[in-house]
Amino acid sequence: MEQPIRVLVAKPGLDGHDRGAKVVAAALRDAGMEVIYGGLHQTPEAIVQMAVQEDVDAVGLSILSGAHMTLFPKVKEHLNRAGAESILLTGGGIISAGDMDKLEKLGVGQLFGPGSRLADLVDYIEKEVARRRTATRSA
Amino acid sequence: MKTVDTASGDKTQSRPAKFVTWQEAFGAVPQRNAPFETVSCEPVPPLVTEHDVAGLDADTDIGLPGQFPFTRGPYASMYRTRLWTMRQFAGFGSASDTNARFKYLLERGQDGLSVAFDLPTLMGYDADHEHSVGEVGRCGVAVSSLADMETLFDGVPMAEVTTSMTINSPAAIVWAMYLVTAQKQGCKLEQLGGTTQNDILKEYIAQKEYIFPPAPSMRLVVDTMDFAAKHVPRWHPVSISGYHIREAGSTAVQELAFTLADGFAYVEACMERGMDVDSFAPRLSHFFNSHVDFFEEIAKFRAARRIYARRMRDKYGAKSQRSQTLRFHTQTAGCSLTAQQPYNNIVRTTWEALAGVLGGTQSLHTNSMDETFALPTEKAVKIALRTQQLIAYESGVANTIDPLAGSWFVEDLTNRMEQAAEEIFEQIDEMGGVIAAIEKGWFQREIARSAYQYQREVEAGHQVIIGVNHHKEDEQEEEKIDLLEISLDSEREQVARLHKVKSTRSAAKVEESLARIRTDANGSVNLMPAFMQAAEAYVTLGEMTDVLREEFGTYRETPTF
Repeated sequence: MEQPIRVLVAKPGLDGHDRGAKVVAAALRDAGMEVIYGGLHQTPEAIVQMAVQEDVDAVGLSILSGAHMTLFPKVKEHLNRAGAESILLTGGGIISAGDMDKLEKLGVGQLFGPGSRLADLVDYIEKEVARRRTATRSA
Repeated sequence: MKTVDTASGDKTQSRPAKFVTWQEAFGAVPQRNAPFETVSCEPVPPLVTEHDVAGLDADTDIGLPGQFPFTRGPYASMYRTRLWTMRQFAGFGSASDTNARFKYLLERGQDGLSVAFDLPTLMGYDADHEHSVGEVGRCGVAVSSLADMETLFDGVPMAEVTTSMTINSPAAIVWAMYLVTAQKQGCKLEQLGGTTQNDILKEYIAQKEYIFPPAPSMRLVVDTMDFAAKHVPRWHPVSISGYHIREAGSTAVQELAFTLADGFAYVEACMERGMDVDSFAPRLSHFFNSHVDFFEEIAKFRAARRIYARRMRDKYGAKSQRSQTLRFHTQTAGCSLTAQQPYNNIVRTTWEALAGVLGGTQSLHTNSMDETFALPTEKAVKIALRTQQLIAYESGVANTIDPLAGSWFVEDLTNRMEQAAEEIFEQIDEMGGVIAAIEKGWFQREIARSAYQYQREVEAGHQVIIGVNHHKEDEQEEEKIDLLEISLDSEREQVARLHKVKSTRSAAKVEESLARIRTDANGSVNLMPAFMQAAEAYVTLGEMTDVLREEFGTYRETPTF
């Protein structure tokens, strides 16, 4: 049987708006995933360290402060440096479509803006993690 | 608030024959397929009659404007004398960027200023701190020292314009910078009017921009209240805020009860220090959200005034009328806005603002249509300000006081909100008060639960959001709007300005001021004079906050969802 998907939901930076992160964490848990909620005010280094220690399949960042163009690339960079490129980096927040495209080019996964459906992000994480697990196995 | 005495309730026997006839006619036709509930997921009855408000006393429960229990408003003449203050929250980039936006708004008829600070400032970090990287000037203006405050208010007559500042954990320090800037402009402290949000309890509960543990944080709040009462009598040192509690996902009743409970905790803390309730309570102010459910919001505002008046008089012994009246600022609900079909947000904001006005608000911020994407553009802010002006001058609603009083539906809802809030106060008391409930994570869990319940109702289509789960349009149809972009250069420039300030000030004065803050933090004297001395010496926000971090410690919450 497939291992349940493990996800770290984290809030990098100084932003304290945790409504979205908590709602998403609850939805992923109810969809059968194992969810670790990292809490507030985490540095990119601490988030990556936690992701590696907890052996997660995906990291979801919630950023509403406008600092996403700094924080997503930093977390991605630390994941790569830790040899954890296979961990899916996704997330959401107040992020314009243009910025989402730029982040995608840096290797960040799909990002979810205001009005996104929980069902859609559950579906995305399930499919993307399954694809990455298969790729890792055949590699 | 789950029990609703609907028309099919058990009071039928005592109802007149005409009512029974209506009930039969109502029951004979099918209802629309809708949940008939508020945005707080509370059921709404199809009809409310005088029977439902039979227990209300028009004199003691509703009364008249400017008279106890102030259900109809804190002042006798309300908007017939003076409209609400139109106060748009603004701040981004550098102090000079924001100074330009302030002047733009004042030139277009805005009455008061409202400063949004960036996250490093809110968390007590200077722009050059490692935690500030990427956050400087992003969601508000960066103020690292007195020099930034001087630029922010350059050319703004501080004795005439009232200023509201959304700052909490380091509020005392930022307020000290404001006071010193005003003094340097030639103003006297007693001339200054405005508000510091300075509501630390709601930070632990909802907004989560806390630095120190609750006890020293409460001491800082009481220091500012004491200093304001003695030296800055026109200032509102605390704005007891429900806005963020609601945005974090609470229901209307939770917003009402949690906010008022926080306010009563400040009252008790000041009384414990030996302050007379009538010396500080007249300067307490409140700040509520106005969400999309029109009547639920109006009832919430009216209930808030009544609960507050009763408690302040009967529990805390407040004698002056001003101590018993709840005055509040309103902001329309940011969380009700949608990224999809953003022009619809102008309409949502309009009726949310109207609810604030019909609820008797003293000041109002209307959100801009583009705020689900970014900080607002000048054009979007202008429409938001014009929305208030349209309500004020064209709709006619400001011509008469509390026009909804006596509406059976509104009075019944007001009454039920008061009762539900009283039940929550009892729960908080049983837990040992607000701080004990925060430390148990109770508020945080209650809010997270409401937020998740609401989101599930949205996904199930029980809560309708046009553009999101109803009348959706595909991306091609969606109209694109212009957004405000803040250049990343702004952070670099702010850091350069900060380094210039640090290199031109007197190191001896900096050392002396920081030593005094350390001594005073460990004693029991009011910290405000030490903060003002340090601000004058251009000691930075981060330097002052670091001393307090060392002396007070820092706070971390246990993450739960």
